[in-house]
Amino acid sequence: MAIMHLTKDNFDSVTSSGLVLVDFWATWCGPCRMVAPIIDQLEEEYAGKIKVGKVNVDEQGELAARFGVMSIPTLIVFKNGEVAAKTVGVQPKQAVLDMLK
Amino acid sequence: MSANFDILIVGGGPAGISAALTAVNRGKTVGVIANPPETSKLYLAESVTNYPGMEGSGAEIMQKMRSQLENSSAAIIPGKALSVMSLGKTVGVAVGNDFYEARSVIIATGISRRPLCEGETKFLGRGVSYCATCDGMLYKGKKVAVLGEGEEAEKDIAFLRDIGCEVSVFSGRGKIEILGDKKADTLVVNGETVKTDCIFILKETLSAESLVNGIESERGIIKVGRSGKTNINGVFAAGDCTGAPYQLAKAVGEGNIAALAAVDYISKL
Repeated sequence: MAIMHLTKDNFDSVTSSGLVLVDFWATWCGPCRMVAPIIDQLEEEYAGKIKVGKVNVDEQGELAARFGVMSIPTLIVFKNGEVAAKTVGVQPKQAVLDMLK
Repeated sequence: MSANFDILIVGGGPAGISAALTAVNRGKTVGVIANPPETSKLYLAESVTNYPGMEGSGAEIMQKMRSQLENSSAAIIPGKALSVMSLGKTVGVAVGNDFYEARSVIIATGISRRPLCEGETKFLGRGVSYCATCDGMLYKGKKVAVLGEGEEAEKDIAFLRDIGCEVSVFSGRGKIEILGDKKADTLVVNGETVKTDCIFILKETLSAESLVNGIESERGIIKVGRSGKTNINGVFAAGDCTGAPYQLAKAVGEGNIAALAAVDYISKL
C-alpha cells in the first residue's frame, strides 16, 4: 500500500470505506512539504489499518472547495465516507495520531 | 528539503546574531532566517547608551552586528519562517516554498509591534491567513485584502495580483475588525468596509504560538526555563520573544546562553 494521489474521479471510492487520512497540500506550500514525511511515516507504520491519500489543491480545486479547505496544510480523516476529524495548519505526529483514534 | 544545519536560528536581530556567533565559535553549522535589519526593533532606537562597548543609534549598532554575522560562516536565509515542528530527531522550519532541517532551533523572533485585530484569532484558517504564498492559490481570482507594509508585503501583494486576485491593500494600522459567520467575509478598516474571500495579515514575523505548534507561551511570550529551553525538545528561545526586560544586553546574553544550550543538546543526541 502506498500513498494515493486523490482526484475528483477516485476520491469517493477511496474514502467510502474504512479509516482514511487525506492530506490537502500544494507544491508551493513549505509547511505542507515539511509535514509530508510525517504523513509518509504514518502510512508505513499503519499500512493495512489506515489508507492515506493526498490532494494537490492546485490540481483538484473542486475537491478543495467541496471540503471547505481554506488554508493549507489541512488534514481530514474520513470514517466510512464521513468526515470524522479535520485540522488546519501544521500538526505534529502525535496530533495526527490523535485524529485517527 | 533545502538544507540541513546543526543549529537554525529564527530571527536576525541581536539575540539571533549573538546565538549565531556563539554557535559558529563552537564549530557548528548555523543558519539564520532573517528579515532585513531595518525591521528589527533595535533599528528604531534613537540612541543606545547602556550596552557595554557600543554606543550610538540603534540603526548603527544593528548594522554593526549584522556585518559581523555576514562575515561569519553562518548562512543567512532571507524570508519569513512559517512553521517550526519537531520531525523526530531533527526540527523542521518551513520558509516559503520549502523547509530546512536542523538538529536544534533557536527562536529569536523578537516581539510583535502590532496588536491582534478583532476577529483575527477567531477566523485564522477560515478566511484569515498569515501567509499569501501558502494560501493565496486557494483564492485565485477572488477578492482579498492585505494588511501589511514593507518589502515582503509588497512581494506578496504582487504574487496575489499575479494569480488574478482583486487585492485591497491596507497598512494594518488603525482600528481593524474582521467579521463573518462560519468564515471571515468582511473587513472594516477605520470605518471603511470591504467584502473579502480572504484577509492576509502579513506581519514581519509570526507569533510564537502560530509559528511553533504546541509551544508553551502566554500572550505571545515564549515560556523558557534555564538556558532558554522551551517545552519542545530541541527548540530554544532568546531575546524579546521570551519577555521583559526588552533590552539589548538581555537579548544578546540570552542568545549566547541559548546557543550554548543548543550545542550541549546536540552533543547528547
